[in-house]
Amino acid sequence: MTEAVLGTAPPDTPLRRVSDALVGRRGLLLALLLAPPLLWLGIIYLGSLFALLAQSFFSIDEYSGTIVYEPTLKTYGELFAPANLDIIIRTLMVATAVTLLAAIVAFPIAYFAARYARGRMKALFYVAVMMPLWSSYLVKVYAWKLLLAKEGAVGWFMQAVGLSGALDAWLSAPIVGGPSLSVSYTGMVLVFLYLWTPFMVLPVQAALERVPVTLIKASEDLGAKPSQTFRHVILPLAAPGLVAGSIFTFSLTLGDYIVPQIVGPSSLILGQVVYTQQGTAGNIPLAAAFSVAPVLIMGVFLTIAKRTGAFDAL
Amino acid sequence: MTLLSARRSKEGGPIGLKLGAAAGLAFLHLPLAFIILYAFSNEDRSFEFPPPGYTLRWFGVAWNRPDIWEALGLSIRVALVSTALAIMLGTLAAGALARAKFFGREAISLLFVLPIALPGIVTGIALRSAFSLADIPFSFWTIVLGHATFCIVVVYNNAIARFRRLSPSMIEASMDLGADGFQTFRHILLPAIGTALLAGGMLAFALSFDEVIVTTFTAGQQRTLPIWMLSELIRPHQRPVTNVVAVAVIAITALPILAAYYWTREGETVAGAER
Repeated sequence: MTEAVLGTAPPDTPLRRVSDALVGRRGLLLALLLAPPLLWLGIIYLGSLFALLAQSFFSIDEYSGTIVYEPTLKTYGELFAPANLDIIIRTLMVATAVTLLAAIVAFPIAYFAARYARGRMKALFYVAVMMPLWSSYLVKVYAWKLLLAKEGAVGWFMQAVGLSGALDAWLSAPIVGGPSLSVSYTGMVLVFLYLWTPFMVLPVQAALERVPVTLIKASEDLGAKPSQTFRHVILPLAAPGLVAGSIFTFSLTLGDYIVPQIVGPSSLILGQVVYTQQGTAGNIPLAAAFSVAPVLIMGVFLTIAKRTGAFDAL
Repeated sequence: MTLLSARRSKEGGPIGLKLGAAAGLAFLHLPLAFIILYAFSNEDRSFEFPPPGYTLRWFGVAWNRPDIWEALGLSIRVALVSTALAIMLGTLAAGALARAKFFGREAISLLFVLPIALPGIVTGIALRSAFSLADIPFSFWTIVLGHATFCIVVVYNNAIARFRRLSPSMIEASMDLGADGFQTFRHILLPAIGTALLAGGMLAFALSFDEVIVTTFTAGQQRTLPIWMLSELIRPHQRPVTNVVAVAVIAITALPILAAYYWTREGETVAGAER
C-alpha cells in the first residue's frame, strides 16, 4: 500500500491499524460515516412519518371520540367532504398566489445580482437576501401585524399619498377584500410573500448565474428584441431555479398555521386544520390524513422538480 | 463564459430592472425597521403610526421580566445542544456523500433534505404522534430531538459544498506522505472544512433559536422564546414588551447569520480548491 512507496514505514500503532482497515475498505468507512445520521433520520424522522401515515388509516368513533385501531379508508373519505375539500383548494390557491408573486418579486433581484452586481455590490445583495431569510420568523410575522393594523403604517402611508380610496376599493372587492388588511386574504398573501421571497431569490439567482452569456448574445445577434430574448432564452434557462424556489414557497405555505392565525380571514387553511384536529379536536387520524395531503402534493412537486433539474439549482 | 462576464454589465443594467431589484429589497427590509421603531413607542395599546412619542421605558420593563429570561435561557440551551448534534451528524453525512457513488445514494441524500422539503407541521405532528405512541413524555429532550432533525440538513448543505470544493489530491498527498486517516482528518480535512462547519452551526443555531412550528408540537409545558412570543401574538398582554423582545431576537439572530456569511465567504479561497 502507500507505505511501500516510502523508505520508512510509519509506526505501527493501534490507531494506525484502525485507520488502515478503514482506508483499505471504502465500503466500511462509508457505512461507519453514514450509520449515525442515517439511524437518527431513519428512526426518529422516517419512523415518525410512518407512525403518522399509519394513524391516517385509523378512524375516530363518532360517539365516544376515541380512536378505533382498525385499518380503514374512512378518514381519507372525510377529506373529500365538501367543507374539507374547500380547505384544501383554498390552501392551494393561496400557495399558488404566493408562489407566483414571489417569482415576480424575486426575479429582478436575482437577475440583477446574477448579471450586473459585482464585487462589493454582489456581496451586499447576498447579505441583503440572507438576512431576511434567516431572521426570526415570528418577528417578521409580528412586523406585519404592526404594519397592517388599521391604525398602522400601511394605512397611514396610503392616506398620506392619497390612495386610501384605492385601498378601500380593494378591500371591498370579493375574495381578496375584507374589513381590514389584517383580516383579508390580501394581508395573508402579503405576509407569506414577505416571508418566503428570499427562498425564491437564491435558487433563481443560482440558475441565472449559469446562463451562458454567449447564448444571450447569440439571441441578440439573431435579431431578437430584449423581450424575445427574455421570453425564449433567459426564462427557460431560469426555469429550474424558479421550480426549486417554488418547492420552498409552496411547501412552506402549505405547512404554515401561524400566519393565518395572526393575519387573514377567519376561514381556515390546511395547516390550521391539522393543528386544531390534533389538538383541541383530538382527532389524530383526520389530522394525519390532512397532513398526508401536503406530503402528496409536495411529492408530485418534487417529482416534476427532479425532471426539470431543479435540484441542481437548490 | 457566464453572465458574470457580460459586456453589458458595464452599463449597470436597464433602469426598470434596477428599480425592480431595489423595490424588492426594500420590501424585504422595511418591515423589520418598523419593529425597531415601535420598540421605542410610548403608545402601549395600539399600533398607531407614526408613534405619538418615544421612550426607553419598555426596555427596562422587559429586562425585569423573569418569564422572558427563562424562555430565553431554554431557547439558547435547546439551540446549543441541537446545533452540536447537527454538526456531528451533518458532517458525517456530508463526508460520506460528497464523493461516494453507490446504489441508493440519491435516496439517502433526499432523506437528508426531506426535513426542510416537507412542511414543518408534518414534521411536528409526526414527531408528536410518535412520542405519544411510544409513551415518551414531553421534555427538553423532545424539543432537541425535533430541532436537531431539521438542523442536520443546514450543516449537511454547508459541509457538502465545501467537501466538494476540497481537492481529493490533498487527502491523497497526506496519505502518501504517511499520515494515517485520523492525522489526515485532524491536519488536512478539519482545517479545510472547519469554517464551513462553523457557518453551518451558526445557521443551525439561528434556525433552532427561532423555530416555532415544530416546537409547538414537541414541547410540553416548556416555553421557548418563540413560544412565549407566539402566545403574546395571539393574546397580547403587554405589547411594548413584545416589541422589545422582538428587537432583542433580531439582534440575537443577526449575529450568527453575519458570522456564517463571513466564514463561508472566507472559505471560497480554501487551499487546494479546485476552482
